[in-house]
Amino acid sequence: MSAPLSAFADTLNAAVAANFTKTIEEIGLGFKAKTGHEVKFAFGPTGKLYAQIKNGAPFDLFFAADTAKPEALLKEDLVKKDSYFVYARGVLALYSPTLPVKSDYKAVLEKAEFNHLSIANPKTAPYGQAAEAVMSKLGVYDTVKPKIVNGESIAHAFQYVQTGNAELGFVALSQLVDPQSPAYHKGQYWLPAQDMYAPIDQAAVILKKAENNPVAQQFMDYLRSDEGRKVIERYGYSIP
Amino acid sequence: MMDMVELFGVHVSLQPIWLTLKVAGMTTLVLLLLGTPLAWWMARMQSSFKIVLEALVALPLVLPPTVLGFYMLIALNPNGLFTQFLRVFGFEGQLTFSFTGLVIGSVFYSLPFAVQPLMHAFEAIPNRLLDASATLRANVLDRFFTVVLPLAQRGFLVAMTLTFAHTVGEFGVVLMVGGNVPEVTRMVSIAIFDHVESLEYAEAHLLSGMMLVFSVVVLMLVYGINRRFGVKVG
Repeated sequence: MSAPLSAFADTLNAAVAANFTKTIEEIGLGFKAKTGHEVKFAFGPTGKLYAQIKNGAPFDLFFAADTAKPEALLKEDLVKKDSYFVYARGVLALYSPTLPVKSDYKAVLEKAEFNHLSIANPKTAPYGQAAEAVMSKLGVYDTVKPKIVNGESIAHAFQYVQTGNAELGFVALSQLVDPQSPAYHKGQYWLPAQDMYAPIDQAAVILKKAENNPVAQQFMDYLRSDEGRKVIERYGYSIP
Repeated sequence: MMDMVELFGVHVSLQPIWLTLKVAGMTTLVLLLLGTPLAWWMARMQSSFKIVLEALVALPLVLPPTVLGFYMLIALNPNGLFTQFLRVFGFEGQLTFSFTGLVIGSVFYSLPFAVQPLMHAFEAIPNRLLDASATLRANVLDRFFTVVLPLAQRGFLVAMTLTFAHTVGEFGVVLMVGGNVPEVTRMVSIAIFDHVESLEYAEAHLLSGMMLVFSVVVLMLVYGINRRFGVKVG
């Protein structure tokens, strides 16, 4: 069946943080089915996307993995007025295929009888900062520190655990609840209380280029509708 | 603490630079030792199996480094085949997230840059020269040092400079295998990536500028070698 309104169908280009790939692809399909408009997604590390946008990349929408880069664009006046919003909040999970982290996370971390614990690089990834905060709160950071390896993104941190190079790691819940994930229903995870770490807010903006494009606003509205939220929550994010 | 320096008003750590030079140096040495016999074997090979070997050696030129890195992550993991193999010889540590792991990854990644120039240099050495020296009772080592080495000098120089330079610029493999551990596996390319991701553009520019100058110098060196030695054997 051809999509409704196809005579007026528009195509948007969105730059999206890699961790949100599957979620937004599904939302994009729903949006297309409903409106006939297509959104094309370019995925990558947030900082790289930010640098591309700053240097004139022709994106209409930007979905970051943090709030810092959209805020920076806001300051640089590259963003449609009042379009900034937090579209998802990441949930941190301590995951291990072999160790009893669900029941005994504290003992596991205190004893630190493992060779490597992977986290996302705290210098660049909010998930990494959250992992450090949780370990500090538990008073185990100094014990565990020599065993920490840094994934360049939360995807790398997850791969280190998944391939057995690190016995456990702080990953994103979204990587564990996806039925296609190799970690789905394998091993254990513990979800630290959300007040143990600063919220891992992911913010989005409409960029200057699409300032007057109603479809850009339409997509943002769809993402925030019940339909969109359902998808986001199903993929392991919460919505503030 | 990491040795920080101030250059052009920007503070950067030089640690990743030292580490990168160490990994690149060690990789060049290993590839010289392993690549020379391999290249020689391939250069003298008559069977069509040579095509298979050439394709395998060239693989790192084609595969995205992150793919190579992901395979290495699986191959080098503590329960992986390669690690188990080393356990037989009493190896107890872990390869990933270590200097050794970085070197192993780099050896695979830079393999074509060492083997291809060497192989072409060896191929250009006529058999009659080796036969002649053999009739003069030169043994294999003699023949290597007095005939092959001087004739393949250019190949060796090009192989060494390219291997070294290519390893310096490595990103995907070290990113996957290294784990970005400060002072252990954080190489220059990763440090630059980190700076860009954290919007520290001044630091990124400084390190990138150093890489750029280094790369131009090395490439000029390679082309200089090529020109100076010209076509050697005929």
